[in-house]
Amino acid sequence: MTRARVLGAGVAGLCVATELVARGCKVSVVDPAPRPGPHGCSWWAGGMLAPFCEGEAAEEPVVRLGREAAGWWRRQGVAVEGRGTLVVTLGRDRRELDRFARRTEGHRMLDEAALAALEPELAGRFDRALYFPDEAHLDPRAALGHLRDRLAGEGVAFAAEPGGPADLTFDCRGLAARDVLPDLRGVKGEMAVLRAPEIRLTRPVRLLHPRFPLYVVPRGDGRFMLGATQIESDERVRRVRSVLELLSAAYALHPAFGEAELVEIGADARPAFPDNLPRLGRRGDTIHVNGLFRHGFLLAPALARMAAEAASDGTRPELWHEDHG
Amino acid sequence: MRLYGTEIASRLMLGTAQYPSPAALGEAFRRSGAGIATVSVRREAGGERAGAAFWDLIRELGVQILPNTAGCHSAREAVTTARMARELFDTNWIKLEVIGHADTLQPDPFGLVEAARILTDDGFQVFPYTTEDVVLADRLLAAGCEVLMPWGAPIGTGLGLTNIYGLRTLRAQFPDVPMVVDAGLGLPSQAAMAMEMGYDAVLLNTAVAKAGDPAAMAEGFARAVEAGRLACEADPMEPRDMAAPSTPVIGRAFLE
Repeated sequence: MTRARVLGAGVAGLCVATELVARGCKVSVVDPAPRPGPHGCSWWAGGMLAPFCEGEAAEEPVVRLGREAAGWWRRQGVAVEGRGTLVVTLGRDRRELDRFARRTEGHRMLDEAALAALEPELAGRFDRALYFPDEAHLDPRAALGHLRDRLAGEGVAFAAEPGGPADLTFDCRGLAARDVLPDLRGVKGEMAVLRAPEIRLTRPVRLLHPRFPLYVVPRGDGRFMLGATQIESDERVRRVRSVLELLSAAYALHPAFGEAELVEIGADARPAFPDNLPRLGRRGDTIHVNGLFRHGFLLAPALARMAAEAASDGTRPELWHEDHG
Repeated sequence: MRLYGTEIASRLMLGTAQYPSPAALGEAFRRSGAGIATVSVRREAGGERAGAAFWDLIRELGVQILPNTAGCHSAREAVTTARMARELFDTNWIKLEVIGHADTLQPDPFGLVEAARILTDDGFQVFPYTTEDVVLADRLLAAGCEVLMPWGAPIGTGLGLTNIYGLRTLRAQFPDVPMVVDAGLGLPSQAAMAMEMGYDAVLLNTAVAKAGDPAAMAEGFARAVEAGRLACEADPMEPRDMAAPSTPVIGRAFLE
C-alpha cells in the first residue's frame, strides 16, 4: 500500500487526500493548523463552480476541467446548489453583457420577464441578464470541514509535523511552496459577508463593471458573500478601498444591501503562476499541485484526480510542468 | 524618439493592468514590440512591497518602465506615490495622474500643475496625463514637463479621439514638445490617426488587455502606430473636393 503524505490542508490538499484514499493509499496530512480556518485562502473563497463564466478571462483548461467540479463535490456528500449563475450589468455598461456573452458559452439571454420569473428579487432592476443554467455553488467552509472530517473518519492522520516515512509526498501548500516554486506569486482577493434576510437571491449573481466587478453568492440563512477583487499583491491586509468598492457595487446591485448586517470582511492572497493556470509537477518523490489562483474549488477536484493518476500509473497529465519535476 | 534624453525604439506604450494573466501581458509586449510599460504602484504597493512578484515579471519584459500615479486624487497623494515609485523602480520617470473627477477620471488640471512643479523640482522627469487644453499644456511646460500626454478620450472608454480639433490645435501649438496620446483609444485605426496627426507615440491599456486576444490586438496597434508614423513623415496629400484622376484621361481613347 502506497504511503502518501499530503502537505497542506487547503482545498487542494484535502481534494488530493480524498482522491488518494479512494485509490487505496495510506494517507497522512501535514498542516500547521488542526482544522480548515482563516489561515488558508480556501477559507475566503466564493465557492462558485462557474466554469463557463470563468471562461470569459480564463484559458480553456479552466472551463473544461472545471466542469468536473460540481459532480465531484456532490459525490463527496457536499451540498452543491445547482441553480446556475446570473450575469447582469447596470444601464450604461449594458454592452459589457454582449461582450461577456460572446466570450463564454453555456448561457442564454433572459429578458426582463424571464429574469423576474427566475429570480424575483431582481425584477424591475435589470432589463436583461445572462443565465448560465449548468453552473453551481457551494459553501466553501462547509465543504472543507466535510472533507477533513470524512478523511479523519477514514483513518487519515492530520498532524502539524510529518510523522512516519512516506513513499510519495504531495505538496499542496499554496503560496507557502514559494520556497521550491519561485514563480508562484500572490494575487490578493477581498471578500465580505453580509446578512440581509430580506433579500431572497437564490443563485450567484455577477455584476459586470469596468472598474468594480462584483459577485454575490448566497450562503443560506440570509447571508451573502461578496467578492471579486483581484490585486497583484501577496499581502493579506483588508483595505478600505476594496471594501468600499465591493459594498458600493452590492448596493448598486440591490439597494437593500445598504441595510444589511456586515458579518465579516476577509482578505487573502491566492497562489498563481504567470499564466494563471494551475500546474502539476514532480521533483523526486514529491508531486506539486499548485497555482489554483481564483479557481480553488473549481479546479481542485480535477487537479487532485490528475495528481493521483500520475502517481499511480506514472502518466503525465496536462498542466504537467517538467521544470517543476 | 527621444523622451527626456532616452532613445525609445517603439512609439507604442502599453499599460500593464487588467490582462488575463502576466503571461498574456508578456505575450502582448513581445508581439507588439512596445517600448515602454506603464505600471501602477499605488494599489499593489501595500506593505512590505507586496506586489514585488508582479513587478519582477514586468521588469523581465526588458522594456523601459514608466511608473504611474494612477488612482491618486490629489497632488499630495500623487507626489507621495511618485516618490515610492522612484524607490521601487529606480527611475526618475513618472507618469503623473491626478484624477479630478471620480466618474470620468478626468485629470484635475490644478492638482496636476502643482504636482508637476513639486516633482520636477525634486528631480523627476514628469509625463503628465492631461487633457487637450492648450493653456494647461503651457502651464505644465512652465512647470518643467518636457513631455505631454493628452488624452484621446476618458480612461478605459475606447472612444478614440473625441476632440480632433483640440488635439490638432495642441499639436500645432507645441510642435517641438514630444506628445503621447494617452487613454481612450479602443482601436488601432484611432492610434494610426493620432500618429498621422503628428503625435509622437500612443499609450493604451484596456483596448489590448481586455481584447479577446490581447497579443493579437497589441500587434494590431503596433502596426497601426507604425503606419500612422510613416504617413506623418511622408507628408500626406491635402484633401480636395475635385476629382483628380491619377491616370491622364487624354490617352483613354487608345486604351478602349
